[in-house]
Amino acid sequence: MTPAHGQSLGEIWVYLAASPLLGLTLTLLAYQGAVWVNKRCGGHPLANPVLIAVVALVALLSATGTPYRTYFDGAQFVHFLLGPATVALAIPLHAQFGRLKRMAGPLLVALFAGSVTAAFSAVLIGKLLGASDATLFSLAPKSVTTPIAMGIAERLGGLPSLTAVLVILTGILGAVGAQGLYRLMRCRDAAVQGFAMGVASHGIGTARAFQLGEQAGAFSALAMGLNGLLTAALLPVLLPPLMRWLG
Amino acid sequence: MLAAVTLLLLFQLAGEAIVLFFALPVPGPVIGMGLLFAALALRGGPSVELRGTAQNLLQHLSLLFVPAGVGVMLHIERIADEWLPIVVALVASTFAAIVVTALVLRWLHVHEEEQS
Repeated sequence: MTPAHGQSLGEIWVYLAASPLLGLTLTLLAYQGAVWVNKRCGGHPLANPVLIAVVALVALLSATGTPYRTYFDGAQFVHFLLGPATVALAIPLHAQFGRLKRMAGPLLVALFAGSVTAAFSAVLIGKLLGASDATLFSLAPKSVTTPIAMGIAERLGGLPSLTAVLVILTGILGAVGAQGLYRLMRCRDAAVQGFAMGVASHGIGTARAFQLGEQAGAFSALAMGLNGLLTAALLPVLLPPLMRWLG
Repeated sequence: MLAAVTLLLLFQLAGEAIVLFFALPVPGPVIGMGLLFAALALRGGPSVELRGTAQNLLQHLSLLFVPAGVGVMLHIERIADEWLPIVVALVASTFAAIVVTALVLRWLHVHEEEQS
């Protein structure tokens, strides 16, 4: 089909698919569609907006044979905002500083317990079920925020881009599962809820925690930052001997 | 809004510079967050504008993880090959980390409040 102005629909698609505009627009559309679905489901944690948007985009890109790199040329503008958004977490953190300071001791102990549990239970279970070493090293830092996790995986000998994916999946799992776990544990303190989500599931857990309230969000942001620092310090020291011991 | 965004970027930039200078294993934005936090503590709080901009940005925090999440399509083969250990390890370790953190924090916190 050739319209009056010259270019066929196929050519237009090829042109648009290669420009950053399409990847960016699709990301915003998919996310807003996902938020709409989430609202229709009464905000149910299983209808997680990141999960829905990612599934929709992967399906669309696979169906049209568009490579991830082409998509990311456009989506990188959204991805870039992660930096300033991380800096902006200082503001809710500051607003909750009084309570954070009062709880400093318990927070640090809980952080250590949760951080070690997250990394080593993942490696042990993966090893037990026969995952390859590259997968195990990529799995170990999955509870911390993407850029830190990728750096740790690289130092350990894992695959940083696989780690990025495992980090996102972990975040979605934490965001989806946390409230059910809190109900089972009868845990109602917003500070405790937020902090545990931040330790286990970094920024996506924090995004979910902000939906529960500013206090949960601030505690989650703090946990995310601290767990990033702690895991970066602990894993390169502790994991290689553990892996040798496991054989 | 423009001034607030500029401020956030400046703190991020300072964070990146510090990371490069000291060869830290931590990303620049996390250091930037620490610097901004210190500045807020010194100044006694954010301006109305900065607070509003931060709220807008954090309200859509989930959106910012979508591009990296779509990267799953690069690893579909490996994940398909090793799906059982990956799925079980992710689910069990994430839920265990949430439960352990929450239990330890609740126990210590309740303990501390009883003492005081």
